[in-house]
Amino acid sequence: MAYSRITLTVNGVPESVDVPQSMTLLQMLREKLSLTGTKNGCSAGECGACTVLMNGEPVNSCMVLAAECDGVEIVTVEGLAKTGKLTKIQETIIKTGGVQCGFCTPGMLISATALLQRNPNPTETQIREALVGNLCRCTGYYRIVEAVKEAAK
Amino acid sequence: MANEKSQEKASSLIGASVTRNDVFEKVTGTAVYLDDIQFGNKLLYARAVRSPYPHALIKKVDTSKAEKLPGVKAIVTGKDFPERMGLYIKDKTIFAVDRVRFLGEPVAAVAAISEEIAMKACELVEVEYEPLEGVFDAEYGASDKAPLIHPQLGEYDCPNFIFPKPGTNIANHFKIRRGNCEEAWKKCEYIVERTYRVPHIQHVPIETHLAVAQMDEKGKVTLWATSQSPFAQRNLLAKGLHISQSDMRVIAPLVGGGFGSKAGVTMEGIPVALATKVKGWPVKFVMTREEEFYTNFVRQGLIAHVKVGCDKDGNILGLKNVMYWDAGASAEYGSNVTRAGGYSSSGPYDIPNVETDSICVYTNHPIGGAYRGFGMSELHTGIDQAIDELAEKAGFDKVKFLKKNAVSEGDILATGMTMHANGIQECIDNVAKAIDFSKKEEPSSPDRLRGKGIAIMWKAPAMPPNPGSSAWVELSEDGKVTVGLGGQEIGQGTFTVMAQIAAASLGVKYEDVRIAGPVDTQYSPYEWQTVASRLTWSMGNAVRAAAADARKQILDVVAEAWNETPEDLDIVDGVVVSYKSEQETPLANMVIYGLPKPNNQGWMGGPIVGRGSFMPKYVTNLDAETGQGPRAVVHYTVGCEGLDIEIDKATGRIHVVKAAASFDVGKAINPELVKGQVEGGFIQGLSSAMFEEIRLREGVMTNPSFVDYRIATTADTAFPLDTTYVEVPQDDGPWGARGVGEHPMVPTIAALGNAIYAATGVRLVGPPYSAEKIYLAILDAGLVK
Repeated sequence: MAYSRITLTVNGVPESVDVPQSMTLLQMLREKLSLTGTKNGCSAGECGACTVLMNGEPVNSCMVLAAECDGVEIVTVEGLAKTGKLTKIQETIIKTGGVQCGFCTPGMLISATALLQRNPNPTETQIREALVGNLCRCTGYYRIVEAVKEAAK
Repeated sequence: MANEKSQEKASSLIGASVTRNDVFEKVTGTAVYLDDIQFGNKLLYARAVRSPYPHALIKKVDTSKAEKLPGVKAIVTGKDFPERMGLYIKDKTIFAVDRVRFLGEPVAAVAAISEEIAMKACELVEVEYEPLEGVFDAEYGASDKAPLIHPQLGEYDCPNFIFPKPGTNIANHFKIRRGNCEEAWKKCEYIVERTYRVPHIQHVPIETHLAVAQMDEKGKVTLWATSQSPFAQRNLLAKGLHISQSDMRVIAPLVGGGFGSKAGVTMEGIPVALATKVKGWPVKFVMTREEEFYTNFVRQGLIAHVKVGCDKDGNILGLKNVMYWDAGASAEYGSNVTRAGGYSSSGPYDIPNVETDSICVYTNHPIGGAYRGFGMSELHTGIDQAIDELAEKAGFDKVKFLKKNAVSEGDILATGMTMHANGIQECIDNVAKAIDFSKKEEPSSPDRLRGKGIAIMWKAPAMPPNPGSSAWVELSEDGKVTVGLGGQEIGQGTFTVMAQIAAASLGVKYEDVRIAGPVDTQYSPYEWQTVASRLTWSMGNAVRAAAADARKQILDVVAEAWNETPEDLDIVDGVVVSYKSEQETPLANMVIYGLPKPNNQGWMGGPIVGRGSFMPKYVTNLDAETGQGPRAVVHYTVGCEGLDIEIDKATGRIHVVKAAASFDVGKAINPELVKGQVEGGFIQGLSSAMFEEIRLREGVMTNPSFVDYRIATTADTAFPLDTTYVEVPQDDGPWGARGVGEHPMVPTIAALGNAIYAATGVRLVGPPYSAEKIYLAILDAGLVK
């Protein structure tokens, strides 16, 4: 199997990883770097559970080949809370009760973080548009949308 | 029970919306789900060989080529594991043995050093089939024209409350004969007769099924599973392998969504079977999303013929319900879905004459299992819409008609059981008020139609008569508390609620209670399954009793030390206090080391461990021919939902203006968690009502992906949802609580169907009420040109 060596930054930490050419970014994060916070729900870019920030943009990490990630900056859910202090969206999603089983939560938080970075005062419609690719089967989304609104305040 | 209840402490923690105790881990990505656990270099990967036919005889399975592939460590086929298993009727083997009964049924499996090799080996397994005529319609399947799917039905073990009909495809036939419907029709002024069809749907947890199994050299098995039912899995798999339940250990980390799909045993037998062939090696089997869709348990399809009638004063006099449930290839779990659909078939209405035939039919479709409130959404889809139609026919205001006919305390139910106190009247009022039901409102544009719909529901925990719960409570050196339990955290918040119950019952702070997790059958106390909305009530009773037991042990020791009576003592925020002598001592002083006797005479007390268990003892079997018995179920949770909708005339698309839901939860231990369940359940119900259907063509699922099987997204819930709860206490629930996890999706299809009717005057035979279906219906009705 052909391997590529890539160097990239993950949650602010420089990493150098040998990856098989068929390996996805999601597999690399979970299997090579043991960053298991990012979840796999469909392996097809349809559920959003594996969303990470790539150079500041949300991507489905199951649809990105790791070999293409040379030189990029990745932020995963583990990279949100710096030294144990939660970010605002992490705090507000706890407060509003937007977490049930928690499996969609990492991807949801990353999509919300990306939205708030590019638009600090989103409307409800903009919030719903930004999260439309993140499926949640537990909550009905109300408390997740509320959490983003609260975080934007 | 009365004595124990009187000892129940009033506590500000009961009814408090404390923060979930699992949420910090879940927002930081540190919560541990099964796929996050490492199993080392010996880990093997499993894949299954699956049937390409919905119904066929297996003539030959040849694994010789696959065995020669380097990296393959084990191959198993149906011949290796012929034992039949099942939660109710034992009709299922881990692998098909001589016949496949649905497309995707496992026929063999491979364990190899990589997933790629396992997949390659599966392709090398040669299976010779002889295709058979299939059964793809439940009503046809029940007829004597249909080919038999389980010719050995008469040989299968099953409990005495399931009634299979050998020589047919009927795995269970539950009947109610109460009063006389034929006589009742003669007295009815208005009668409605309709047939409803509810399609199969999938649970779609975002975490797919996954299991890892390992057998040690002595034959002891450890199974790590995404599981709502570690103890049921222990029991069923141990029986299947002919090993002791004590040698079958199931470890169940946090579950990424269950909704019933992870109850019972589904795919877990596959890695277990492989593990028996490679002792010492862990074998991991992960379901792809596609496999999750078409090979796992699904919600059964239903064809329901409903006839209901009332007199001129609007009293419902009779209900006849003939239901054909599409159980698929196995009824091991689904036979009880049918039973539940049978004994609750009157819905939450007081009806003197009820005739029900709830028929569980084998077909060559995916296996029907437990799905959130099983049987109830399907059943209510028919009766709640037929009764809506009846109310209109009789010229009644719909809310008045529901309130007039809703079940109330003391009513004799269709099974002969007496109904307990409940808050259904208040639930109806809450919903009617929230959507201003009686007010006819204009659509927001001339291009739209507008209507409001309402529906009521009930649901009892559907389970054997005597499923048990147990718990322990221990304290550490600092006086903090750990609760052992066997119910599973699947997102509903049960670990939080159990910590509240333990803290309130014992007299410590909520923050000072830990839950011993993950659930592990080797250390955790027994719990039947995390299903049926039974944990808050049943496991809650066990945890409350365990904490009360610890409390009693503590107070007995301190009373002796202080020469007082326990009745004068209390535990407040982790400190034992005497209201008489005003002495106090923190729990940390005595829960491990006990207390010294006076004058250096030795010690008293010792490590405190409280134990508690709960099992309902009063549920009776029902007569096989009439469905009559003193007590069919433990209790019913009731509720109501309503929707105010608009329909786009040009597209048939539904726009929800507002919706409301109200349920009688007995006591909301954690009100925000209750509301979270109601919101999530309502939207899951709405998603099933508007979008969801496993599209089956001759046994083939044609839409096994999120692109083709759409579930609700953020774009679909941009409307206000009013949620309220009512608290009419449950006589044997902790602080009066009963469950509400499943109920919010039960009446949603019917409420939406009624709203569509109100807007268009068209009754659709069944969900999903897609834009296309609605558009074609309003086109047919001449509402658009």
